[in-house]
Amino acid sequence: MKSYGNFKFNQISEDTFEMLLLGSWTKDTLNKNIEELEKLKLSYTLKVNIDFSALKECDGAAFIYLISFIKKFPNENIVIKNLNIYETRFRFYEKNYQENNLKEEIRTTVLKDISKSINKVTHEYYFSFVNFTQFLGKIFFFFIYSLFHPKKIRLKAMFKYIETSAINALFIVGTASFLVGIVIAYQGAVQLEKFGANIFIVEMISITMLREIAPLVTAIVIAGRSASAFTAEIGAMKITDEIDAMRTMDFEPTLFLTLPRIFALIISLPLLVFFADIIGIMGGMLIAYTDLNVSFWDFIQRMQTEVPLKHFLIGIFKALFFGIAIAIIGCYRGFQVQNNTTSIGQYTTLSVVNAIFAVIALNAVFSVIFTQIGI
Amino acid sequence: MEIVKVKNLSTTFGKNVVHDNISFNINKKEIFGILGGSGSGKSVLVKQIVMLNTIQKGTIKIFNKDVSNLSLEQSHFVKKEFSYLFQFGALFSFLTVIENISVLLKEYTELSDDLLEKIAYTYLEIVGLPKDCANLYPSEISGGMKKRVALARCLALEPKVLFLDEPTSGLDPSSTQMINELILYLRDVLNMTIVIITHDLDTIKTVLDRFIILKKDIIFNGNIAEAMNSDNEFIKDFLTNKKA
Repeated sequence: MKSYGNFKFNQISEDTFEMLLLGSWTKDTLNKNIEELEKLKLSYTLKVNIDFSALKECDGAAFIYLISFIKKFPNENIVIKNLNIYETRFRFYEKNYQENNLKEEIRTTVLKDISKSINKVTHEYYFSFVNFTQFLGKIFFFFIYSLFHPKKIRLKAMFKYIETSAINALFIVGTASFLVGIVIAYQGAVQLEKFGANIFIVEMISITMLREIAPLVTAIVIAGRSASAFTAEIGAMKITDEIDAMRTMDFEPTLFLTLPRIFALIISLPLLVFFADIIGIMGGMLIAYTDLNVSFWDFIQRMQTEVPLKHFLIGIFKALFFGIAIAIIGCYRGFQVQNNTTSIGQYTTLSVVNAIFAVIALNAVFSVIFTQIGI
Repeated sequence: MEIVKVKNLSTTFGKNVVHDNISFNINKKEIFGILGGSGSGKSVLVKQIVMLNTIQKGTIKIFNKDVSNLSLEQSHFVKKEFSYLFQFGALFSFLTVIENISVLLKEYTELSDDLLEKIAYTYLEIVGLPKDCANLYPSEISGGMKKRVALARCLALEPKVLFLDEPTSGLDPSSTQMINELILYLRDVLNMTIVIITHDLDTIKTVLDRFIILKKDIIFNGNIAEAMNSDNEFIKDFLTNKKA
């Protein structure tokens, strides 16, 4: 009789063997036992008697392994002996034993059917386009509706969002535009000094700041801050069924959740841009004074005479659309969140990426339009 | 032999006294019920036993070790000896059903993937779920199925103590009966000690060996026959009103 650690293998007759299980067959020892058993390279046509009488310890994982081992042999070739105290547990696991016999099917179909996955992706894109259009339509409808029913506008919620997404963002918007103002002035100052055209720093800073930089910087900061917040808030409400609860109570989520956020950003983004204009130009003024000897008073006077108001108005006008785009994307992604925890993260990321891209794309479109119509 | 010993435990949240100096023991191979109305601190109590909530006053011992004073090694040891079934399953949303069941074995043993899969499929069968939900994610299955997958996950490591937080709520009657039978089986054959938080009258009557009813203090500690014979109105109401 040969001993292999936790079992003994013993030839009784020409094609019949006895396998005596010994010691402990548990999760921790099982791997070693399996290795030894596999080393024997048994042919599954043999007749094997499995004897449990000397077994000291056996847990579920080991029972399941032994059952899978036994099932490799034809039924009549296996005799199980002396189960004794293991009888009920062995029979329990035997009754419930399952293997995954669907696996091959699934794997081959996925590999083979590439056209299926292309179909799926196309369908998803189409579906999300339809969804987004519906969402926009709903917003437009309820926007018009709330103009005729001003009582339906949720002012309190709107003011709350103005506070969280604009007033609380003043510091970061201010700092960002101040620093950008300084950077532009520095770079400009070096070039202008070469030509002795120091005073032109005023036009350079004012026009770039008012028309392009302040709206863009503000919108990007707000896209990062508020689009993500909107998505996460609405997404969490969706997971906890709050949105479905609203629907059953006939509270329209567009009126309750989406429009107040859109109104909040429509109002606050132009104001934030105005604030960023001031702070950014102040940063520029500081460098103009220290590096180019243009005094604050000269700067302001020249700004008044040489910088037309239209640049300021264009910046504010753009900010309005940036606000709408950020709020719509933030809310739309929030409503897309599905009932699992990973999807909040996924859609929040998407919402920030989409919102920043939308801001940059809108800015490019406006740039072309304004140049074409000559303002 | 006592598996869990709770002694002079008091818990307050702000001004709200949840447990007022309670003591009880849970014996080996016992199916022990923790009952009580909403907000009576059943879940808090069990979470204190499994070291999720901190103990404010009193001591809790599990396997004769004080849970508020365990070394890292002891806590590793103790945590492998029990499993906790959360009320809504608490399945990992980033893993499929079958991966959820085998995650513990995968982490703590060196068994081959092939065997892990067989074990997981067997436990899926034990809790009465069909094979075709194996590759779905938790978000794609129903609440009752989630709970059964979570039970399979608890069983995969064959713990000595099983804590079940409302194991049958949200299940259909036949599944409830199946889970109740499974609980009895786990105790009889696998020698598990099982602690159940439940409101289900069937479970209380057919499964529990002994239970306590919490209402700040422990107002009852015994088995169902004793409870039905008790002349305390609250206990009688508690155990019969739910029929309606």
